[in-house]
Parts: sequence; structure tokens; C-alpha cells
Amino acid sequence: MAIELLYFAWVREGVGTGGERVDPPAEVVTVADLVDWLAERGGGYATAFADRQRLRAAVDQAFVPLDTPIAGAREVALFPPVTGG
Amino acid sequence: MIRVVVQEAPIDLAAEFALAEAEDAGAVATFTGLVRGDDGVTELALEHYPGATERALEALCDEAVARWELAKATVVHRVGEMVPGDRVVFVATTARHRAAALEACAFLIDRLKTGAPFWKRERRGGDARWVEARESDDAAAARWGDGA
Repeated sequence: MAIELLYFAWVREGVGTGGERVDPPAEVVTVADLVDWLAERGGGYATAFADRQRLRAAVDQAFVPLDTPIAGAREVALFPPVTGG
Repeated sequence: MIRVVVQEAPIDLAAEFALAEAEDAGAVATFTGLVRGDDGVTELALEHYPGATERALEALCDEAVARWELAKATVVHRVGEMVPGDRVVFVATTARHRAAALEACAFLIDRLKTGAPFWKRERRGGDARWVEARESDDAAAARWGDGA
């Protein structure tokens, strides 16, 4: 099922786009699997997703740990730890 | 009542202070965050996650209103390009008495720093870099209990 991906801050700069629609294979079950799958593209993706400790995620706009399943998700966002205020 | 605004326009303090007042509320506490010019910062750019940012701020305001029985909770956060001295964030809490207003105001600014999707990028002349999250901010948010 197609998922809308959003990237922010240095993740966005690394992959070179603010968002894209993807259709991951069935073995992509969690956000972490999705990150692995995207990193396999190499280039900016591999660099942006190299350090999982510095990566945060939201599924359908709710903040979640990377081991969260993405079944049924419409929107997944990947970004660095937040620095507002 | 909750007022959450994410805007590119400068924050109008006089207007926000007036909106934060309420009948039967004896106390308004506010916090204003400014762009610091230390370490040679010449510009600050703020990026956010449209929709999710507003939802996160509204959830924090809901929590503050319920926990401290506030009449109003206000968060105005600027995004886009700013320079040192500009107001980045304004928080106001309106309550019957000062203790609730002051505590709730501290809660909101502590928690929004780690719980709302904003990202800062500092520019020093020709060199731009993303600001790293700070452990001291995590500690400040954690002192208010779970939910961060």
C-alpha cells in the first residue's frame, strides 16, 4: 500500500526532497524496516539514515519509536530530534 | 480557551498580551523566547511539520489547561527566517492565581522544546548548520512527568 513520506531538517536535505510517495514491499513491517529499505537506495538516503540514534519518526502525525509497525499508515515522517522554542 | 498559532510574521506582543487576559482571571504569566546572537549567529531559520506541529502544541495546551485549571493557554511560535533579537516563541497562561499561571507557563515552554516538531538552523555568515537537541532540554521536559 502506498505511503506518503515526509522528511524534515537535515534528513530532508540529505535525501534531497521534502517528501515522496512510496510503495514498500511486504517485508517492510516497521518504521525501522522502512528506514533500512530507503537506505538501500544509497547516496543521500544512505547518508541521511546512517545514524538511527539521531532519527525520529511520526506515523500519521503521532510521534512513535522506530520499532512501530506501519501497517495501515497513510503518512510517515522522518526527522532529527526536535529543537524548537 | 486555547490559542495556538504557528506563523512567519513577527510576534505582536501587545496584541498577544491583550488576548491572553480574561475576565475572572487574576494572573497572566508569559514567556518570550528571543533569537540569541551569541557565537556569531547572524540568522536563524525555523522549520516545522505543518499540521503535526499545531496538533502537538494544542495537545500540550490542553494538558496545561486541565492540570492547572487555566482560563487560557497561548502558544505563538514563529517559523521561517529570523535574526538575533527577533521573538521566536511566546507562551501565555491565564489563571485565577499566579502560582498556577507561573507553573503552567514553565511547563509549556519546557515541554514544547522537546515535544513539538520544530527544527532550528543557525547561520554564521556563510556557514549554516542544524542545531543539535540538548540533553538539558530533555531533563527540563522530564521534570513535568510522563507524556513528553
